[in-house]
Amino acid sequence: MSTIKVSIVSSSEEIYSGEGTMVFATGSLGEIGIAPGHTPLLTGLAPGPVRVQNGDDEKTFFCSGGFIEIQPDLVTFLSDRAERAESMDEAEATKAQELAEKNMRDKESELDYTKAAAQLAEAAARIKTIQKLRKNK
Amino acid sequence: MANTKEVRKQIASIKSTQKITSAMEMVAASKIKKTQNEMQLGRPYSEKIKEVISHIANSSSEYSHPFYEHRETKRACFLVVSSDKGLCGGLNINLFKQVISKSAELNAQGIESNFALIGLKAASFFKSVGGDVVANVQKLGDKPDPDALIGLTKTVLDLHRNGEIDQVYLCGNGFVNTMTQEPKVEQLIPLPAEEKDELTATHWDYIYEPEAQDLLEGLMTRYIESLIYHAVIENSACEQAAKMLAMKNATENAGDLIKELELLYNNVRQAAITQELSEIVGGAAAV
Repeated sequence: MSTIKVSIVSSSEEIYSGEGTMVFATGSLGEIGIAPGHTPLLTGLAPGPVRVQNGDDEKTFFCSGGFIEIQPDLVTFLSDRAERAESMDEAEATKAQELAEKNMRDKESELDYTKAAAQLAEAAARIKTIQKLRKNK
Repeated sequence: MANTKEVRKQIASIKSTQKITSAMEMVAASKIKKTQNEMQLGRPYSEKIKEVISHIANSSSEYSHPFYEHRETKRACFLVVSSDKGLCGGLNINLFKQVISKSAELNAQGIESNFALIGLKAASFFKSVGGDVVANVQKLGDKPDPDALIGLTKTVLDLHRNGEIDQVYLCGNGFVNTMTQEPKVEQLIPLPAEEKDELTATHWDYIYEPEAQDLLEGLMTRYIESLIYHAVIENSACEQAAKMLAMKNATENAGDLIKELELLYNNVRQAAITQELSEIVGGAAAV
């Protein structure tokens, strides 16, 4: 089976590097599936899970915003910050989401709206990733 | 002749200084490991983003980014990465010297300079020397946070976008090994043109989602950010290495000084004994 080279990096570490037969991620314009031989594509990466399938094996990673570069034989995820989905703490994510929501409601807060909205989107994506992982188990 | 009490006091004070410097040496030695490790961890990202940028340069994209554009230079910006703490030998001052000489060189060509500073030492240096400082970040700590640099990067890039500055230089110390650090002044913007690979340069281009301009703008900004972040991490490794060396020298010098003072102490003590003896002998002879 043909494979595509996958690398997921964040500014502070390398998250994953290996082969995959199929990769799923959330681009800035919606979910995309990447198979070997994909046409060159450059797109934004939305916060959310990135699934790397290699045969029957599937790994899930959480990526916050960044970029995806696709070449026919390789795909690179440049994430601002990425975490291994397994190590994520749902309570922590929910807390972050609550805080972000509170900041959004709180008009007095100095935090600007766009930043709060981004935080909220990220927290929601994190929870989505964890729930997806749970379901798969 | 110095008296014994004075010399003893001096020896004690140097010994306590020596204890401090040797402790600082050990702290720096253990921190080098950590910062070097961080340099390693950050490397994949900078390599990958560089790869992507060179792919883009090789594609036949119709949109060319202003960071590659060579325009007539009237004003240059120096982005100076320094440490927050001193006691690291000539690390910072060697860098500043190079920055100043480069700035003077540009000044001779009629190019004015301004400065964006990272670290307390650069801030205090350019405050005393004078210079147009546009942005300043300090107290990044031992584990610099990439987020802390965003504000400074944005200020500089916005100035470039508005045409207020035409060139940006990134100045920081390069880590050669623990004994050697090299001050570097490198041109950041305009970016050196990527070499086009003629063999693979068939006419292809990316599909951009959503817009080429927005995407490349974001990606280039991220690229510049990653280069600056890397410089900060590298400088912090240099700082620890230089500190370790400086403290090691200080400890050794303190040891030498203690040896000399002990010799002096023994001399003085012996002289006092001899004097006393001769006084006794002289006294006895007189009686």
